[in-house]
Amino acid sequence: MNDPAIELEDLEVVYRVRGADRRVLRGITLTIGRGESYGLVGESGCGKTTAAFSLMRSLPRNGRVIGGSIRVNGEDMLDMSQSEVRKLRSTTLSMVYQDPASALNPSIRVGDQVTEVFELMGQSGGAAQEHAHGILEKVQISDPTRVMRRYPHQLSGGMQQRVVIAMALAKDPTLLILDEPTTGLDATVEAEVLELIAALRQEFGTSVLFISHNLAVIAKMCERVGVLYAGRLVEEGAATEVFKDPRHPYTVGLLRCIPRGGVRKDETPLDTIPGFLPPLGADLHGCVFAPRCGLVREICRQEEPPLYPLGDGRTSRCHFHQEAHLVPRTSPDQLVAPRQGNGKPILTVEDANKTYKQEGQEIQALRDISFAIRPGEVLGLVGESGSGKTTLARMLLGLTAPDKGSRLDLEGKPLAPHVQKRTGDQVKALQVIFQNPDSALNRRFTVRRIIGRALSKLRGLHGSERDARTRELASSVRFDESLLAVRPTQLSGGLKQRVAIARAFAGDPRIVLCDEPTSALDVSVQAAILNLLAELQSREGVTYLFISHDLGVVRYISDRIAVLYLGRLMELGDAETVFKPPHHPYTEALLSAVPTIEGAERPRIRLEGEIPSAAEPPSGCVFHTRCPRKIGAICEQEEPPLKEVESGHFMRCHIPIDELRVLQATPPGARAREPVSE
Amino acid sequence: MTIVDDPAAPIAIPAAPDQATVARRERLRLLLRSPTFVLGLVLVGIWILCALFGTLLAPQNPQFPDVLNKLAPPSADHLFGSDRLGRDVLSRVIVGARSVLVIAPLATLLGTVVGTTIGLICGYYRGLVDEVTMRLVDAVLAIPVIITALLAVVALGPSRRTLVLVIGFLFAPIIAKTVRAAVLGEAQLEYVQAARLRNERSPYVMFAEILPNVMGPVVVEFTVRLGYAIFAVATLSFLGFGADPSIPDWGHDISENYVFINGGAWWPVLFPALAIATLIVGINLIADAIAQTFER
Repeated sequence: MNDPAIELEDLEVVYRVRGADRRVLRGITLTIGRGESYGLVGESGCGKTTAAFSLMRSLPRNGRVIGGSIRVNGEDMLDMSQSEVRKLRSTTLSMVYQDPASALNPSIRVGDQVTEVFELMGQSGGAAQEHAHGILEKVQISDPTRVMRRYPHQLSGGMQQRVVIAMALAKDPTLLILDEPTTGLDATVEAEVLELIAALRQEFGTSVLFISHNLAVIAKMCERVGVLYAGRLVEEGAATEVFKDPRHPYTVGLLRCIPRGGVRKDETPLDTIPGFLPPLGADLHGCVFAPRCGLVREICRQEEPPLYPLGDGRTSRCHFHQEAHLVPRTSPDQLVAPRQGNGKPILTVEDANKTYKQEGQEIQALRDISFAIRPGEVLGLVGESGSGKTTLARMLLGLTAPDKGSRLDLEGKPLAPHVQKRTGDQVKALQVIFQNPDSALNRRFTVRRIIGRALSKLRGLHGSERDARTRELASSVRFDESLLAVRPTQLSGGLKQRVAIARAFAGDPRIVLCDEPTSALDVSVQAAILNLLAELQSREGVTYLFISHDLGVVRYISDRIAVLYLGRLMELGDAETVFKPPHHPYTEALLSAVPTIEGAERPRIRLEGEIPSAAEPPSGCVFHTRCPRKIGAICEQEEPPLKEVESGHFMRCHIPIDELRVLQATPPGARAREPVSE
Repeated sequence: MTIVDDPAAPIAIPAAPDQATVARRERLRLLLRSPTFVLGLVLVGIWILCALFGTLLAPQNPQFPDVLNKLAPPSADHLFGSDRLGRDVLSRVIVGARSVLVIAPLATLLGTVVGTTIGLICGYYRGLVDEVTMRLVDAVLAIPVIITALLAVVALGPSRRTLVLVIGFLFAPIIAKTVRAAVLGEAQLEYVQAARLRNERSPYVMFAEILPNVMGPVVVEFTVRLGYAIFAVATLSFLGFGADPSIPDWGHDISENYVFINGGAWWPVLFPALAIATLIVGINLIADAIAQTFER
């Protein structure tokens, strides 16, 4: 720490919006040591990305640093001329953005783009190309020569991000800024990329500024962590310490919002953080967090708390940091009654197949899917992208017709493949909550019209009756009545999702498909929405089909879980059965890929290679190409059937359950795993 | 728009109900602050005034032939000179605004309505309907507008109504293409699926749900096409297929007098030509400014 790589001191940044300067960063002071990995967490709008942009001196045109200093290797960056900054950016600072697809030029071959970085450093064509090959090897791209000839769109998301990281590391930077580098990636791919970053950091000795909203990822990747709220660093310290023993009410709140450690809706409701982030550039007196803090006292509103040193390099900007963990819980203590599905199945799917035809190729999006949902239960659907989750949802909704021979039954009556052909009652029975509330709500309509239209169309309500019911629905999703006249663009993500939920419940549905309803939301908002969904479900007795890639969320809300891989159902069973061994090798790998805040519970199981293309699925068991527990030729030749291995627990694997039980007591990678760097 | 356009916007602004109109007001404010828009508005405004009150503003009777002063150069009597029959060019230019400013906007409006409808249907249904319609549209677009318009006017006989119909229907395919592209993007969004899941009828989904969201491109396309429509009207009347030769009309005046340029009488041609040019430039300035504010 004697010779820090990066020092921010009292950094103040404003954005000029409609003629007024709005403060975005309020006096950020932080230091990143050589070779250190520093995590910056906070919800969207807290200023994480702005901090990164100021470090790169690439703020948007309306942004400006108005105070403080940024020192890189001891040199003040704000005093530098444009050309010096450019030089710094090409030699010392690197940034990796969230979306690798937009960071690469789609019309230039990958090889040329990587080579260019070396050429910019003054190397000649041949040498640059050789170095490009070398750096791609370093990011564990198995066949660099082949990859270099490809265009970015021909690579998967994980591969693209590796290429971007390779380009960022090419100049051996002092500081690598990673802005949500794995947010768009699947769990197993994310795990690989994170491991790669950790290994490369060891090798290059690069300092890292890691920005993420995902606390578990930060816990895994960073030595120190800073918690950002409303442009202020409210807490800082060693990552393990901060997450184990948070000393600021905001950090405490954030940690309580996340469903983790296997909590379930019938055990504890998730805690939420009440209120809203203050608007951009609000004039804040006293503690920035005071309006939302459960511990707030008079002094908090009057006096801005200083950074209290807590020893061991920990600081907290809270007057009452010693009692931060006492923040009262905000969510109701009443528990959602456990509701096991019972009675006759409400929805059955039998031998459902869906084949897309694309340029003469047949792509099997779903293959032999059979399952049943019982009334009042929550069936969680997990799987990585391309596993067919969304296709299945669209098929049930009648937006995509299944292949001939598939059978969908709702309450014993067949469901027509197209929604237009279904009876009015069936249309009412099945509704959906989409992932992205921005596009799920018509931005030209007021909230009142959005909910009202669903009421008149599905329930035949009009006039004052409809108005009354609209208000009832709004209050049942805790949506303030006064906002009914507003259009969705004026609402925050969480409020929009509440409107979408109200719309889904307008027709008194019996089954609601939730397609990643919280993945576009911040954790504190996610917690509130999950609580709401759980509450509505137990009150209205509806059935959910809950799709999510977030295993913590699925585990929290689901009674039963179905695991999809390449359009096939790999495992189906009670939530706890699926999450505890013995489980399918794929489920095992998925679970081990997810980082946890507490640190590794179980050693990671590496999955070899990429998810195969659905156009050419592997022979035999589709998972055999990546399965760490493959037993032999039978896996390559014969597709295992989905069989009931225990009561209510279905699995598609050749390995007998008892053998899996023994095997999964020790992870497969344990012996074969070699150290990441030599 | 107020929330979306700044990069560090907080996700949660407790909104006040009256913010619903803020975006629209903001756009208007931006427009009025744009010099491009204001200049365009001034140019077009002048011609609209002329079209509305032409006979009152004109210093002389535009039809009165001052037989003693045929082709008189600009002077105090005739500021813009006189034409081959001795009529005051200034007065004819002022009164002539009406002819083009009635036909062109009506034709563009017709084209926009028809084109938007076609675009909505093609973009929403896709499939065969879309394929066939778009090929037809391409075929229409392959022939120069003026030639088709000329043939149609000849076949139907020149009149205001014919001009509006012909230009309107010729512009519809171009507008249809733009609208279709916008609708293709919109129809992918989940709110359209949500509407289908309520079993909404297709016309409702197209016109009530999607149309308001593609009004941006529609408005921009309307202003751009209006410029072309003025150009088309002027060209047709120059070629002698205008509405009514007895009404002062810029294109027609140019065609009547251009033979005298050789003899040094440039004024009866230059001033109507300048009128056409300033009107089109003004409209294009407005179109540019509107397109820019919608892109933000």
